[in-house]
Amino acid sequence: MSATNDAFLETFPVTLRDAATNWLPAPWNWLAQGLIAVVAVLAIFGSLFAILTLVERKALGRVQNRPGPNRTGLPYTARLPWLKFTEGKIFGLGQPMADGIKMLTKEDIVPREADQVLHFIAPVAMLAMSLMTFAVIPFGRNLVPVELDASVLYFFAAGAATELAVFMAGWGSRNKFALLAAMRALAQLISYELPLILSFVPVVMIAGSLSTVGIVAAQSSWHWGFIPHWYVLTPWGFAGFLIFMVSALAESNRSPFDLPEAESELIAGHLTEYSGFKYALFFMAEYLGMTALSGMAVTLFLGGWNAPLPFLQFIPSYVWFAVKLLTLLMGFIWIRATLPRLRMDQLMHLSWKFLVPLCLVNLANTTVWHLTASLPLAVRWLLCAVIIVAPFTLIGRSLTKGVAPRTYRYAE
Amino acid sequence: MLGSGLLQGLAVTAKNLVGSFHDPARYTTVEYPEVKEQLPESFRNFPFLVTDNATDPMGALRCVACQICEKECPPQCIYIEKSKDKKPDATGKPQLYPAVFAIDTSVCMSCQICVEVCPFDAIKMDQEFEIATTDRFSALLLNREQLAKPNTYFHQIRPTEAAEVDGRLTAERKAAEEKAKAAAAAKAAAAAAPKPAASAVPTATPAATAPTAPKPAAAATPAVPTPEKPAP
Repeated sequence: MSATNDAFLETFPVTLRDAATNWLPAPWNWLAQGLIAVVAVLAIFGSLFAILTLVERKALGRVQNRPGPNRTGLPYTARLPWLKFTEGKIFGLGQPMADGIKMLTKEDIVPREADQVLHFIAPVAMLAMSLMTFAVIPFGRNLVPVELDASVLYFFAAGAATELAVFMAGWGSRNKFALLAAMRALAQLISYELPLILSFVPVVMIAGSLSTVGIVAAQSSWHWGFIPHWYVLTPWGFAGFLIFMVSALAESNRSPFDLPEAESELIAGHLTEYSGFKYALFFMAEYLGMTALSGMAVTLFLGGWNAPLPFLQFIPSYVWFAVKLLTLLMGFIWIRATLPRLRMDQLMHLSWKFLVPLCLVNLANTTVWHLTASLPLAVRWLLCAVIIVAPFTLIGRSLTKGVAPRTYRYAE
Repeated sequence: MLGSGLLQGLAVTAKNLVGSFHDPARYTTVEYPEVKEQLPESFRNFPFLVTDNATDPMGALRCVACQICEKECPPQCIYIEKSKDKKPDATGKPQLYPAVFAIDTSVCMSCQICVEVCPFDAIKMDQEFEIATTDRFSALLLNREQLAKPNTYFHQIRPTEAAEVDGRLTAERKAAEEKAKAAAAAKAAAAAAPKPAASAVPTATPAATAPTAPKPAAAATPAVPTPEKPAP
C-alpha cells in the first residue's frame, strides 16, 4: 500500500504543485496552492466540457445511424504526415473550438426592459456555483482542492444555489415565458433536491462521515481481497446510487428531464432572452453540473479514486477516478440518446410518489444493514435486497396500474 | 417490473451505437458530396434533348421542331423556333431542326408530359440535380446547347428505358428501309413487267405489313413509364 502511495505517477500532481509553490513564503504558499488547484480544475473540466459536447453529438449521431460532426478540422493538421489521411478534418475535433468562436462572436441581446444586473449575473452565478462544487471532490489520493469536514453538505449547498441562478435568469429577463419556465424549472429542481439528498444519507450513515475524503477512505478495502467495499455493491447502496443518478439527471436538466429548456417544444424556457456567450455559459454550467454530480456519485457510491481490485493499484488513483467519471458521463449520453422527455405531471409524480418514498424505505433499509452486522454477509445482503426491491415493485405497480403496458394498433 | 422498458430501450440504442461501427445496416448515412448514391432509374427532374452524335450534338438532335411539347407543356416553359432550312438526321433524311430550343427550369414542374407526347423520343427527363446557380434569370433558362446530351448519357442514367427506345427506333428504321426497298422493288417490277400478277403479290406483303410494324411499339410507349413508377 505504501509503495503505491509513494509511486512517482501517484504523487506527481502534488509534487508538481509543491515544486511550483515551495519557494514562496508560507501565507503566499497556501494562496498559490489554492490558485493552482482552481486553475487546474478550470482547465481540465473546461476542456472536458468541450470534448464532451463533441463526444455527445457523435454518440447521438451513431445511435441515429449517422456520423455526427466530422468535418470541422483544425488548421495546419493536414500538413502533418501522420494525420494526412484525415484531410485536415481530424474527425471533427475542431468542432468545439468552432462552436466557442461562434458563441463568442454572436450578438449579445439584452431586452430593454430586462433587469440589466440580474440578467447579467444569472449566467455568471450559475457557472460560478457549478464550479464551486468541484472544490470538495477528491480527484485522487491527496488531490482534493479543499478539505472540509462537512464537504458533502457544502457540495449540495453550492449545487442548490444554481437554482437561484435559474430563477434569476427567468425573473431578470422580464419575459412572461421565461418567468413561467423559471418557476417550472424551480419546481423541478426543488422536487429533485429531496431524493438527491435522501439518496446519499445512507452513505453518510454507514461511513460515519460528511467528508468526501472520509467517505472514499471508508470504501477503500476489499471483502476477501477481491470484492471492493464500494457502497454501490450493497443493496441499499445500489438503490441509493440509482436514485441519485435519476435525481442528478433531473438536477442537471438532462434528458429525459430537460423540461425547463425543452428545445423541441418550448422556445427555450428560462433561457428565452439569452443569446451569445451568456447562453453558452448556461450550457457550460449544465455540463459542469453534470460532471460534478457524476464526480460526487463516483465519490459516494463507486469508491471514489479507489482501484476495483488490489493488484490494479499501480494505476494512479486519478486515472481510476477519471475512468469512473467518464463511464458515468457516457451513461448520461446513452440515456439522452434513448429516453423521450417526461411530461410535467409525470416528472412530479416520479419524484414525490416514487423516489422520495423509496428513499425513506432505503434509509430504514440502511438501518437494518447497520444493525445486522453480526449476520453472515449473504443473509444480510438478501434481507436488505428484499427490503428495497419489494417496495420498488409494489409502488411501481400501483403507480402504473391502468397505464402500462399500452397496446398500439395500426389503422386498418 | 417497472423499468424493464427502459432497459429494453437502452439495449436498442446500445446496439445501434456499437453496430454503427461494424454493421452497414446500422450506419446508413452516405456522406453526400464525397459519396454519391446511384439514383433510381425513375428519378427525374428537368428535360434534356437527346442527340445521336456525341461529337456534334447540334448536328444530330432527334428533335424536328414539331412543337408538340411546346403546345402540351402545362406551365409553358418550353420555347421553340423552327429552322428555315433542313439538316440530315441520324438516318440521313433531311429534317427541320430547332433553331432555338429553350426550357425555363424556374417554370418547369417536371411533369414529364413533354416526354410522353414526343413522337420522336427526342426529349427525355434528366437526373441532374446539382443545378443551384447564383443567377436566377439567365442561368435557369437552359438553351439548346445546354439541353443537348448524347444518347450514351441517356443509357447511363436510364438503361432500361434507353434500351427500349433504341430497340424501337432501330425496328422502325428497319421497317422503313424494308418498306422503301419493297416500294422500290414494286416500282421496278411494275416498270419491267406489264403483267404484274405473279411478282406483285410477294412484294406487296412486306409493303402491307410495313405500316403496321411500328404500331405495336408505338402502342407500347404509354406502357413504358408504368413499370418505372417509383415503388412506394
